[in-house]
Formats: sequence, C-alpha cells, structure tokens
Amino acid sequence: MIAELGHYALVLALALALIQSWSPVVGARKGDVALMKLADSTALAQFGFVALAFAALTYCYVTSDFSVANVFENSHTRMPLIYKFTSVWGNHEGSMLLWVLILAFFGALVALFGTNLPATLKANVLAVQSWIAAAFYLFILFTSNPFRRLAEVPVEGRDLNPILQDFGLAVHPPMLYLGYVGFSIAFSFAVAALIEGRIDAAWARWVRPWTLLAWMCLTVGIAMGSYWAYYELGWGGWWFWDPVENASLMPWLAGTALLHSAVVMEKRSSLKVWTILLAILTFSLSLIGTFLVRSGVLTSVHTFSNDPARGLFILVILMVFIGGSLALFAWRAPLLKQGGLFAPISRESALVFNNLFLATACATVFVGTLYPLVLEMATGDKISVGAPFFNLTFGPLFVPLLIAVPFGPLLAWKRGDLYGVAQRLLAACAVAMIGLAVIFAFNGAQSVLAPFGIGLALFVMAGALTDIAERIDLRSMSIETIGRRAAGMPRSSWGTAIAHFALGITLMGIVSASTWGSERIVALKPSQTVSISGYDLVFDGMVSRDGSNYRETAAHFTVRKQGAVIGIMEPSKRVFPSRDGMSTTEAALLTRGVSQIYLSLGDNNADGSIAVRLYHKPLVLLIWLGALVMAFGGALSLSDRRLRIGAPKPAARIVAQPAE
Amino acid sequence: MTRKHRRLILIGSSLGVLAFAVALVLSSLRDSIVFFNSPTDIAEHKAAPGKRVRLGGMVKMGSLERGDNLQLRFEVTDGNKDILVSYRGIVPDLFREGQGVVAEGHVEPGGTFAADTVLAKHDENYMPREVVETLKKQGHWQETAAPVKQSAR
Repeated sequence: MIAELGHYALVLALALALIQSWSPVVGARKGDVALMKLADSTALAQFGFVALAFAALTYCYVTSDFSVANVFENSHTRMPLIYKFTSVWGNHEGSMLLWVLILAFFGALVALFGTNLPATLKANVLAVQSWIAAAFYLFILFTSNPFRRLAEVPVEGRDLNPILQDFGLAVHPPMLYLGYVGFSIAFSFAVAALIEGRIDAAWARWVRPWTLLAWMCLTVGIAMGSYWAYYELGWGGWWFWDPVENASLMPWLAGTALLHSAVVMEKRSSLKVWTILLAILTFSLSLIGTFLVRSGVLTSVHTFSNDPARGLFILVILMVFIGGSLALFAWRAPLLKQGGLFAPISRESALVFNNLFLATACATVFVGTLYPLVLEMATGDKISVGAPFFNLTFGPLFVPLLIAVPFGPLLAWKRGDLYGVAQRLLAACAVAMIGLAVIFAFNGAQSVLAPFGIGLALFVMAGALTDIAERIDLRSMSIETIGRRAAGMPRSSWGTAIAHFALGITLMGIVSASTWGSERIVALKPSQTVSISGYDLVFDGMVSRDGSNYRETAAHFTVRKQGAVIGIMEPSKRVFPSRDGMSTTEAALLTRGVSQIYLSLGDNNADGSIAVRLYHKPLVLLIWLGALVMAFGGALSLSDRRLRIGAPKPAARIVAQPAE
Repeated sequence: MTRKHRRLILIGSSLGVLAFAVALVLSSLRDSIVFFNSPTDIAEHKAAPGKRVRLGGMVKMGSLERGDNLQLRFEVTDGNKDILVSYRGIVPDLFREGQGVVAEGHVEPGGTFAADTVLAKHDENYMPREVVETLKKQGHWQETAAPVKQSAR
C-alpha cells in the first residue's frame, strides 16, 4: 500500500511538472500574473509529492518490505538501521529518486526564496526546472521504477552490496547530487535569460549564491567520495582518473570557472555571454556525469551493475537538454548586450585567465574520458586512457593557474598594476623559495618536481594570507585598526582568501602523499614484524567475530614507534553470507597528525601467513581537509551581506541554507 | 590601448592556451593509451611484447595457483584461447575463478602475461563491458558467463 502511494505520488509530481512546464512560460509572455504565480505552487507541491515518494520508499526499506523488488534486492533484515536508510539511494532506482528529490527541492527553494526576482524571470526559471524534472520523472517511471512489486514475497532480502555498507554512503551520494543537481538552477537561469533575451549584472547576483551552494556541496561530495574509495577499496589510492571520478571533476571545474566569471559579470557587467555558456555547460557536464555513471558505457572501477536500456533513455534526455540549450544559446546569445572589454592587466583579466585555464583543463579531462568511446565507435579498437595522460595534461595546465591564484585578488578592477602586485607578493614568494630550498636540501634528488610542488603550495597559501594581511592592514601594528578592518572586511573576501588558501593545503597533501609515501606488500605469520617509515607493526594474530549481517576476521597489529606502543590496528575481511559469501576488505587507518598509516589484508596463504598491504601516507589528510576548508570558504562567501541583500529590493533570505 | 588591441590580446592568449592544451593532449595520448586485448588477440600477436596492454576475460576454473611471496598465477580465457598470467601482490576481493577479470601489464617474450594491476570492481554481477564483448565474440557468453551470474546470487 505504501509503495503504491509512493508510486502514485511520483506520477502526480510528473503531472504537476507538466503543468509547470508551460503555464509560467505562457504567463510570462502574456504578462498573466496568475499563470506565472501558478509555478510557485506547483514547484512546492512537486517537492511535496517527490518527498512523499521518497518517504514511502524509505518506509519500505526501514520496515524491510521485501515485496518491493528494490528493497528485496538491496536490503536485509539484519542490516543496521542506518544502512536501511542509506540503501534507499544505494541502488540505481533509489539514487535516481534522490536525484529528482534534490531537483524538486531546489525548485521549491527558488519558488520560496526567489521573492526578489523579476516575476517573468522567476516564472521562466521554474518552467525550465520543471522540464528537467519531467524528463527525469519519466525516466524513473518508465525504466527505473523503485516501487515495482514482486509476485511472490521473499522471506529475506539479498542485502546491500557490502562495499556500500559504510558511512560513506550516507554522505557521498547526497552531497554529490546536491552539487550536480544544484547546477540545474544556474542552467535554468541561463536558459530563462536566453528565452527573455535580456540579462544584466543583477542576473549574476541571483545566480551566484545558487552556484556557490552547488559548488560547495560538489566539493565536499567529491572529497568524501575520494576518501571513501581510499579507505574502502583497500589499495590506498585516492584518485584514479577513472571515468566516474572524471565525471564528477568536470562539473566541478566548469562550476569553479562559473563562480569566477559570475563575479566579473556582477561587478563589471562583462563576460555575459560566456557566463551563460558556462552555466549551460556546467549542468550539461553534470548530466553527462549522470549518464556515464548510470549507463556503464565506460568501464570504471566504481561501476555497479547497470542496464543499457536506461543508458539510452538518459542519452536521449542528455541530447535534448544539451543540444536544445546550446541551440537556444546559438540563436539567442547574439541578442544579449555585450559588456565592455577590459585592460589586459586587471582583476577582470585575471578572472578570464582563471576561466581560460579551468575550461581548458576541463576540456582535456573531457577528451581523455570520452576518447575511448569515440575511438571504439570509429575504429573498433578498445583502449583505456590512464592516469599518465591526465597527469601529463592536467598538471601543466594547473600549474600556471595556481601560480596566478595569489595575483588575482590583489589586482585592482579595471586597471591593475602587475609590477606592484608582484612586489606585494615578495614575502609569499620568499616563503615559497625557503620551503622549496628546505625540501630540496632534505629530499635531495629523489624527486625533482616535489620541492617545486611544495613551493607552489606555500606560494598559494602565503599569497592568500598576504591578501588578508593587506585588507586588515596588518602593517599598522595597531590591534584596534586590525580588529576594525577584520570585522569590516566583507565575508566574501574572507571566503575567497580561505578557499584559495585551501587550494594550497590540498596541493601540499597531494604532493606529499604521492612523493614521500611508502608501500610494502608482505606475507606475515603471527608475531612477525613489518616496518615502514620508522613504525614497527607486530602481527599478534587473527581474531574472529560476528557482525550484524557479516562475519569478520580481523588481524590484530600493535604499532610501535621507537619501542613505545602508539596504537592498535585491526584490518579485517568481512564475509557476507547473504551475498553468497562476497567479502570486503576493511582497511585499518592509524592517524598521526595529518599523516596516516594504512593497513589492509590480502589472502591467507597455504603456509599460514597472511598477505598485508601497508602504506605510510605523509600529510595525506590535507587533501580532503583542503577540500573541506575550500567548502567552508564558499559557505563564508555565501553568508556575505551582498548576496543576502538583493539588488531591486532587500530580501532577507535569498540564500537558503541546505536542509541537512 | 584600443578596443581592437584588447580584443586581439584576449583572443590571442586564449588561442595560445588552447594550442598548448591540444599539443599536450596529442603528445600524451600517443604515449599513455592502453589497448584492450582478449586472450585470442594476444595469441594472434596483436600486442607487441613489452607494450602495455589490458587483458580481459574469465579466470579459468581450476587454474589459480598461489606461490610463495604473494606470487599468483592464473589463466585468463575467452573460451577460444587461454593465456597464463603472473602477478605479484594482492588481488581484489571479487577476484575469483570463473569470474571476469581485467588485468593490466605486458606480454613477456615467453608468452606469459606479466600483470602489475588487477582491476577491482564493486559488484559481483558487474562484468566489464569489454569482457562481455570478448566473450560474445567468441560465442561463449551464454555458456560461461550466464551460469556464473546465477551462482553469484
């Protein structure tokens, strides 16, 4: 009964989306306020119905209603309660339901908080939003109905894929989807602007908070996914340049570019056409990401079972939306009034520089990700493009970008003084040089690039600090002045400086973990010791125990440094009888500061020894810490007064907080 | 500086970056792509010895041997030809006899495939697309793959 209710609610949401897809557009054309206002109600009701459908599926999971095929395939009565909740989106159908839930959520937010938007713009935005929603409701109802019933009710479920029985599933997909789907708002605004044929600086001011919110969620989502893969897959890597990872990186790169170009548009009323194009591309890349992950056209280490028929449906959605919006862009963009050009040395140009490199880097990732597909269609050769390609193309493009990061915020609008900025960055440069020299002295000729990487990271970090120091007038040495200026400094400036600083943090983690990390793979018998980077790990023996729906065999290790015990590590193997004995490896992590020792188990050998894989990962936590700090910078910027107070009339809450 | 100049600088630098990127992409694509081969392809000497390739197929039933020091030997089959694979290290959780596998490495002069990576997957029912196509091409998809799929449940 509950499942049918959920199904019915989804159909109603589709009906509402269909109404919302034309009425506001007609209303906006005819100036009919009632028709335009209708979109507000339908957007809210749509969200209500999708939430109801989602709640219905959640209910089926929590009560283990195995008459629902989806629950039967992905749940088990003995599974811990939290995984009963998370397994709602731990499968294709449920994750698509989460996708539309978030889409409807954003639509409702626009309807609720977009009170200061011009009525026609808001109406068109909501209409575009409902086109996307309708397409995905149809997709779910026709190809991936999560509420399908089974004729015979099984007694027990097949259990969730053990790899997904992890806390990571509670955070990673929702955050990633908030990011992907959040960009739909920027897309809808762009398409609405093209429909109206009118765009101004205020447009950027409305779009920026939504983009920022989506960007923050995507940043956290990617970082969480990376950390999850790092500890769950058992091979200690945190980024494999896998198609599925690239699928999330591309919208992030385009979204980052969009954030920066929207600043130019807002402040200087320039780069309008480019910003519109970026908004379209960012969401298109999100759709492509969904397609790549859901269709399985590319072989990925992160792929789960999939169904080609669904891939085709998404491909059609993809072509309609990307093709349609780009055609609309080609047709209408020339109507938009161009902004002025600007001096080559200025804040605007620095932001263009940023966009140029981010967009190019994004394009190279795109080429590397889709090249195998194109080549196979053209020649039939099956190839894979591996990490070396991305390191060789992405790296050289990101280096100039990172060098430029400290310059940007210090350059003045309109006409900047590059020489002056370089002088102001002398201190940052000195810090970087000292860091480079120190690393070089200790590291020797082991890796030539690493000292430069650390130097660059230090330069980015010191550059961000320089920006703050100048803004709060640190040189005045008067606490009163500094306090006053710090309090008066806009939060968006704090946000910029902090997010840029975080870029340095992440870079430092990447360089350090990939250069100075060490790895050992050995077979150990009880009471034998393995050493890595000054740590001695003694294998004490195996322990067996029962978990809720699995059986675990853990290896007990005592970790010593210079004779003193500093911790215990228990990597384990879990066997899930409900999944026909499928096993997962649970790596053990010992965190020392921001460095980690990583230990995971291999197979048992005939002679009674056990294979272990041991890593020392210096500063590895900085990679994800940096991403979190970056998102925090975004949050600060989001809370800025300028974004909360709209242009035409003050609206206290244009920026909604995420619900969770 | 006139408008024309500014526009020229903007367009010129954009094209410069793009050209740089295209050069990077082309040069690295030449060196870092890895071809996918079936055991039959390798038996027909499609891959030059020493060149990096991906090998895909099924782990042949009863062929897995574990040696000392984490050495592993197994045969990969596409139903037509088999090839011996040697690997040192830890294989992913879902690596089993009778299951699809993708290994990356090179063909030794003796004809053995020396793998340095055995790719993991997340789902016991998921079969890399290339492996499925390899098996289909050899006409062994129904016989070999389908029963495995059922028994995995």
